[in-house]
Amino acid sequence: MPETKAGLRAAPPAAMQATDTADPRYYHRVVDCQWACPTHTDVPEYIRLIAQGRFADAYLLNRASNVFPGILGRVCDRPCEPACRRGRVEDKPVAICRLKRVAADLKGTGIADRLPKAPARLNGKRIACIGAGPASLTVANDLAPLGYAVTIFERHGAPGGLMRTNIPSFRLPQSVLDEEIGVILDLGVSLKLGAPIDSLSRLLAEGRFDAIFVGSGAPKGKDLPLPGRQAANVHIGIDWLESVAFGHTGSIGERVLIIGVGNTAMDCCRTSMRLGAKSVKVMARKPRSFFKASDWELEDAEEERVEIVVNHAPTAFVLDAGRVVGMRFNRMEYDLDGTRIVAERVVDEVTIPCDEVILAIGQENAFPWIERDAGVEFDRWDRPVVDPLTFQSTRPDVFFGGDAAQGPKNIIWAVEHGHQAALSIHAYLSGLAPADRPREAVRLSSRKMGLHEWAYKNDYAPLERRLMPHVSLKERFKKISIEVELGFTPEQAAQEAQRCLNCDVQTVFEAPQCIECDACIDICPVDCLTIATNGSEAEVRARLRAPALDPSQPLFVSAPLKQTGRIMVKDENLCLHCGLCAERCPTAAWDMQKSTLHWPHADYGSSTCHSHERKTA
Amino acid sequence: MTFMSKPKVAHPDLPRNALGLTRRDYEGANSTLCAGCGHDSITAAIIEACWANAVEPHTVVKLSGIGCSSKTTAYFLSGAHGFNSVHGRMPSIATGANAANRTLNYIGVSGDGDTLSIGLGQFCHAIRRNLNMVYIIENNGVYGLTKGQFSASADIGSKAKRGEVNRQPPIDPVQLAITLGASFVARSFSGDKAQLVPLLRAAMRHNGFALIDVISPCVTFNDHEGSTRSYAYAREHSEEAVHADFVPFASEIAVDYADGAAQTVTLHDGSRIVLRKVDADYDPSDPGVALDAIQQRMRRGEVLTGLLHIGQDAEDIHALGATPDTPLNAIAYESLSPGGDALRRVLESFR
Ligand SMILES: Cc1cc2nc3c(=O)[nH]c(=O)nc-3n(C[C@H](O)[C@H](O)[C@H](O)COP(=O)(O)OP(=O)(O)OC[C@H]3O[C@@H](n4cnc5c(N)ncnc54)[C@H](O)[C@@H]3O)c2cc1C
Ligand SMILES: Cc1ncc(C[n+]2csc(CCOP(=O)(O)OP(=O)(O)O)c2C)c(N)n1
Ligand code: SF4
Ligand code: SF4
Ligand code: SF4
Ligand SMILES: [Mg+2]
Repeated sequence: MPETKAGLRAAPPAAMQATDTADPRYYHRVVDCQWACPTHTDVPEYIRLIAQGRFADAYLLNRASNVFPGILGRVCDRPCEPACRRGRVEDKPVAICRLKRVAADLKGTGIADRLPKAPARLNGKRIACIGAGPASLTVANDLAPLGYAVTIFERHGAPGGLMRTNIPSFRLPQSVLDEEIGVILDLGVSLKLGAPIDSLSRLLAEGRFDAIFVGSGAPKGKDLPLPGRQAANVHIGIDWLESVAFGHTGSIGERVLIIGVGNTAMDCCRTSMRLGAKSVKVMARKPRSFFKASDWELEDAEEERVEIVVNHAPTAFVLDAGRVVGMRFNRMEYDLDGTRIVAERVVDEVTIPCDEVILAIGQENAFPWIERDAGVEFDRWDRPVVDPLTFQSTRPDVFFGGDAAQGPKNIIWAVEHGHQAALSIHAYLSGLAPADRPREAVRLSSRKMGLHEWAYKNDYAPLERRLMPHVSLKERFKKISIEVELGFTPEQAAQEAQRCLNCDVQTVFEAPQCIECDACIDICPVDCLTIATNGSEAEVRARLRAPALDPSQPLFVSAPLKQTGRIMVKDENLCLHCGLCAERCPTAAWDMQKSTLHWPHADYGSSTCHSHERKTA
Repeated sequence: MTFMSKPKVAHPDLPRNALGLTRRDYEGANSTLCAGCGHDSITAAIIEACWANAVEPHTVVKLSGIGCSSKTTAYFLSGAHGFNSVHGRMPSIATGANAANRTLNYIGVSGDGDTLSIGLGQFCHAIRRNLNMVYIIENNGVYGLTKGQFSASADIGSKAKRGEVNRQPPIDPVQLAITLGASFVARSFSGDKAQLVPLLRAAMRHNGFALIDVISPCVTFNDHEGSTRSYAYAREHSEEAVHADFVPFASEIAVDYADGAAQTVTLHDGSRIVLRKVDADYDPSDPGVALDAIQQRMRRGEVLTGLLHIGQDAEDIHALGATPDTPLNAIAYESLSPGGDALRRVLESFR
């Protein structure tokens, strides 16, 4: 239909509302990586700092959000990468995680005086953290500088939690762990090693602490109760990795079967290859699309000649003289409907011989040391009832975080739980309600410098993702502690950094200025923009210049435009943040403005961010 | 203008035409015009129309004169042939090229200055000869390139940026073309691609001279209060008389035209134009009716747009000249240049 003037002016009944960009979540969400990161690390900003060679600044910016950039730059689960817009524009996301490591590797030695410091005076309040994993360490990191006396109790002889006991040193060197944990301990945190807490009630009764943070993880590996399980050469994955980490186990049989195909399985199989195994098979019950392990971990394992066997469901251990000599499996077939299994059948039965079996089928949290009458309520699955916002338990002075709070997740979630629990503890001990906490805010500031000059590098770099260099297959098996990934060189880092699209440099639109000349629409390389007649969301989506097939990606909708009453619509999905729209706009209706997210931590009172103010340079 | 070039990267789900190309494949060099210029929008409409018609870029010849508008042939179809002539001389270059090779698609882009002042004579004769081409006037009422003097299309009473008022009557290329017997005459607005793109698609398939006069605001020198070529003025004062939907050969007419005011015109290649008339009495095939309506509206300060006149009977330049079907470059040299004896025989026949 032609857009006649009358047709344009009459607002259709089911019209879309103009987007409320004052809601900090709008621009935050546009920064896909930062939105996906549980701690909301300012990824584009640290990548720009790396591009400028400011590695120490990049490191410190990371640390402010994720506390362990050196560790996470190696082993983070990196939910940011599948979210990265570059991965939708091309097929590979920016190597966000590897760039984090670059910041840690190249930061140099001069940052000591820029790290948080022990306070001059304590505030008289004492906190106990149970377990020295990343969750507890984050609580200590946030609260110690505020004057709290923090004591960490750890049952093992070294701090770090699963990062030390389960993540193998060929992925995460001890020296990196020691350095980043050391910074926290240097804040005057008291660490008690070999100090298991075996009764919460007793700890509470002693009255030594004003608040308790439970960061004890999900320490129990799941068992597989099949006939023959009692044999000595069947191991539980996380226990076995722990005994390797502490040097109690130094060898393994030649033929190893790993049951399960999650991240623990990946570490078990690669560790086995380093302890003398000749053939390692990872046995998966389902097809590849159902694997829990990350793609890169699967790739790394297969590169090391680990065999991954799909569609095998274990049915029994085969014993000979009390030792396992093989395992029986049902070979399965599945009917899929999209990504869902709708039917399954057993095709036949096979026995696979082996010398050792490692079970890597998941973890559970277990709290044998928390008396059920201590005031902390447990739900019907015997999990502690924890507020998802405040991490407070039903007992106001007891908080949970990390794997202990919500079951096994990963380090970066443990860190975020730690930040939020610390904020709650600080509020609680200041006499405030933890639920009544400060919220995120976004600050905008224009990047315009001149007619064609922006205070960021806005041209699109047509570069492919850099490949991570690895130690040769021959070298890496010589010692378990040889780190496989070598890290990017400064040159690789500089190139990879250019792939970032600067998604935090937002396209900010002022409807009253638009004269509907179409310049922005015609120049946009990825056809994000449309001036459309308003309607329901489905109607508006159908009117866009290029299909907007991903409903999870927001549409920006402007107020009605002056001349025709139509609306400016932007599909955020593929925007390159190239600034061409702003550059071609004759009236500066579009501007490129950097958004800075303020995500409150326990120190919110001392930081200077105000809620979504606008500043134009 | 933009210093950074538009990156090659494109939306992965862009639709492809019958040649497997996306509209990005029909782009040209970066525009160096002022940001917001109507001309850039017309460039985008030409790109869209060529893509939608699935023309092969190398079968297109882009022709222009001098002016901001005439620069724009560089900004679309980098795979096409092109010729920037001197000021106002595009029609003669087009005539020569078309005489030599009738199989190519000729798109001429000119300005109101280039066409209606220095090039007025050439423009009229191209129409008379019924040159098979699309002739686009990017009409901003000023000489943009030379910094905004009134052009011959400026309306009486229109104000220049510095305040002086135009007192000479305008030349309206649409009325002129209809009087000269042009068979496809349309007017549109750079800010209305929903109207312009189908017009361009139909014009490219029309056999003979197709004029589209496109109101195209000059953001720098003629987009102010008091101008009759500003974005705001054009939107406020234009009224679509006949909307043309282009329906390619062998495609179904998808839209349901219930109101009876729709009329179908079949073009030489079998494609069709469905005309939707706002006023049922308007007959676009009758030049007299068209001129009447245009003038009536003009007296009320309104500008009629759309496909204002279409005729299908006029013979084009090749029919008039009885030229061979084959382009000259495909005719064997001996036939093209039959030698001295043949020339003598021809001369003999005139004695
Ligand atoms: C094999 C394996 C590989 C993994 N790889 C990765 C990876 O690559 N990337 C990633 O992000 N995540 C990975 N994870 C997950 C990640 O390690 C955990 O999610 C994370 O460490 C959880 O942190 P946390 O602080 O909650 O607990 P934990 O790290 O589990 O730390 C809890 C600590 O509490 C101590 N503790 C427990 N009970 C008591 C008690 N009663 N008294 C005193 N101390 C106690 C434990 O000894 C332990 O040191 C992996 C997990 C496993 C099992
Ligand atoms: C023979 C000659 N005379 C004069 C000029 C100066 N001149 C250059 S462009 C132009 C007018 C262009 O006006 P128009 O065709 O409307 O183009 P616009 O820039 O407005 O798009 C003139 C007079 C010239 N280049 N050549
Ligand atoms: S910044 Fe503007 S021109 Fe560039 S991709 Fe995004 S919307 Fe398009
Ligand atoms: S370039 Fe500016 S004025 Fe023109 S349509 Fe886009 S936002 Fe509106
Ligand atoms: S001077 Fe006018 S016509 Fe020329 S590019 Fe600028 S806006 Fe367009
Ligand atoms: Mg002009």
